Amino acid sequence: MSQLLEQLFNGFQLGFVYALIALGYTMVYGIIRLINFAHGDVFMVGAYIGVFGFTLWGLPWPVAILVAMAACAVLGVTIERLAYRPLRHKGAQPIAALITAIGVSLFLEYFCSLKFVFGPDYRVVRLPFEVQRWSLGGASITNVQLLIVGVVIVLILALQYLIQRTKVGKAMRAVAQDPDAARLMGINVDRVIAYTFAIGSALAAAAGVLFVFAYPQLRPFMGIMPGLKAFTAAVLGGIGSIPGAVLGALIMGQAEVLTAAYITTDFKDAVAFAILILVLLVRPAGLLGRSGPEKV
Amino acid sequence: MRKGISLSNTHRVILVAAAVTGLFVVLQALRSSGIITLYWSQVLDLSLIMTIAAVGLSLIYGFAGQFSLGHAAFYAIGAYTAGYITKTYGGTIVTFVAALLAGALLAGLIGYLIGLPILRLRSDYLGIATLGFGIIAKVVLDNSDKISPVLGGAQGMLGVPRLATFAWIYWLAVLAIVLARNFILSSHGRACIAVREDEVAADIMGIDTTHFKLLIFALGCALGGLAGGLYAHVYPFLSPSLADFLKSFDFLLIVVLGGLGSLTGSVVTAIGWTFLLEWLRKVLPQDFLDWRGVIYALVLIVLMIARPQGLLGGKELRLLRPARSTGKEGSRHASA
Repeated sequence: MSQLLEQLFNGFQLGFVYALIALGYTMVYGIIRLINFAHGDVFMVGAYIGVFGFTLWGLPWPVAILVAMAACAVLGVTIERLAYRPLRHKGAQPIAALITAIGVSLFLEYFCSLKFVFGPDYRVVRLPFEVQRWSLGGASITNVQLLIVGVVIVLILALQYLIQRTKVGKAMRAVAQDPDAARLMGINVDRVIAYTFAIGSALAAAAGVLFVFAYPQLRPFMGIMPGLKAFTAAVLGGIGSIPGAVLGALIMGQAEVLTAAYITTDFKDAVAFAILILVLLVRPAGLLGRSGPEKV
Repeated sequence: MRKGISLSNTHRVILVAAAVTGLFVVLQALRSSGIITLYWSQVLDLSLIMTIAAVGLSLIYGFAGQFSLGHAAFYAIGAYTAGYITKTYGGTIVTFVAALLAGALLAGLIGYLIGLPILRLRSDYLGIATLGFGIIAKVVLDNSDKISPVLGGAQGMLGVPRLATFAWIYWLAVLAIVLARNFILSSHGRACIAVREDEVAADIMGIDTTHFKLLIFALGCALGGLAGGLYAHVYPFLSPSLADFLKSFDFLLIVVLGGLGSLTGSVVTAIGWTFLLEWLRKVLPQDFLDWRGVIYALVLIVLMIARPQGLLGGKELRLLRPARSTGKEGSRHASA
């Protein structure tokens, strides 16, 4: 029983990190219908910058997270400006944007592998604080787990406020509903899309640093699997829906950790996708997604 | 056929067959005389294998509009199946043919079975489901040593005999292209194109959309499996990374860069892209080898932004378009 509890804590730790990444995917998809494959690599860049912040540059770790978020917001907007906006203005097919997104993803991975950037090797990270364990009903819980859950919940609430209560958020919802009508109402669609990329990328950066707190390793390809799984989580929850992304990510985290703990570690990467396929068959729009006929 | 020279169908077929045979003889001669070096011969083999798999995905995505991000899974299934058969039952011509057939059939069958549930999904959702299938396939291959130690698991599989000669690869590639062309030009093919253009409308016109989506998906996957089977008999080392997402992406990229709905585009791009990558490997100085991935990604992004409709933009070589026909049918084609 206590072992199960402990695994559940681990599952939440992973699931909350996935949730932060999934939010960026779901926001971008909700607005421009693009699976932004480069998002997982923005997560990776954020992790590196955050780690450099609290090791090389000697910043306190909360400041390092903020620096990483700011840097990745700029990175996200740059990617959108240079790679996706030209295609959108040309009215290209969605597949062209998708291929470009994968191209950007590969570019970030290989560019960061270059020796003068981050280098191709694994780096083991020394955490800026001691890991402490407390016993809770026989199960141990760490300060890292509490930190991750706390930071993610604060960020999700901040995002919810931003989307529901501010002018920018209102504009985002309008563009997501109907870009053309939004433009007619005087909303600068390109700027709203840029904001979306900035916010999503900043969240990914925070996720990157938190991920390193939980699994203290860095490498240029670390973003691929968490990226794919977070996107899968977003689809599972119903893409375009923020509570859906969080719910999907929590399910994904638990499924992965529990499979590894109780069934076999060999298939932990497969189980997430098996669940996704099964859920899509029953609810093609995801758990909390609004289903409706696809526009022709 | 607006400005074509008038030739009867039979003549056309003979002419094309002669040209294809001629090309084969020339290439074969260049290879055996050593003008095409061993290295570039292997690249040529690989490019033709890529062509077969790309033609398969071109049918699925380019012609039927079914988005697949997991094509490499079927490629890997074909490779492992075929490799397993010749490795265990010996490398004779009979087992080789049986292995290729088995690889293609199993890939097609698995494509059919997985297609039954997931082809109900549309566009990006189908893409994600196939991507998920690809990752599951890779994880299964990583653990395949538990099914049979011959398959090697994460270590990879060694010791498949090198049976695929240039002749095999070349003629199977030709066969794949001819098969795909004839399929597309058949009434089945037209039904699939109708599904791509507008699934609801196709349904209303009485096309059994589920049936045709499954048919073309299974066919495309079988071609992927065939390509994998050939690959297994050219490169003696098979690893689960054959089913990798990046490999699937290569096929998708070829089909999209070639222009959706263009067989010519898929074939030209498959060959061109394989050669471009190898050329990059050759041409870059040693210190810049790390840059290969960066350049690959940049070329890709720039090409996509410059030509989002594909390099050939849906154009088709005359050979691959409907043959000239007489009477009413001909005028209908002309007006279409």
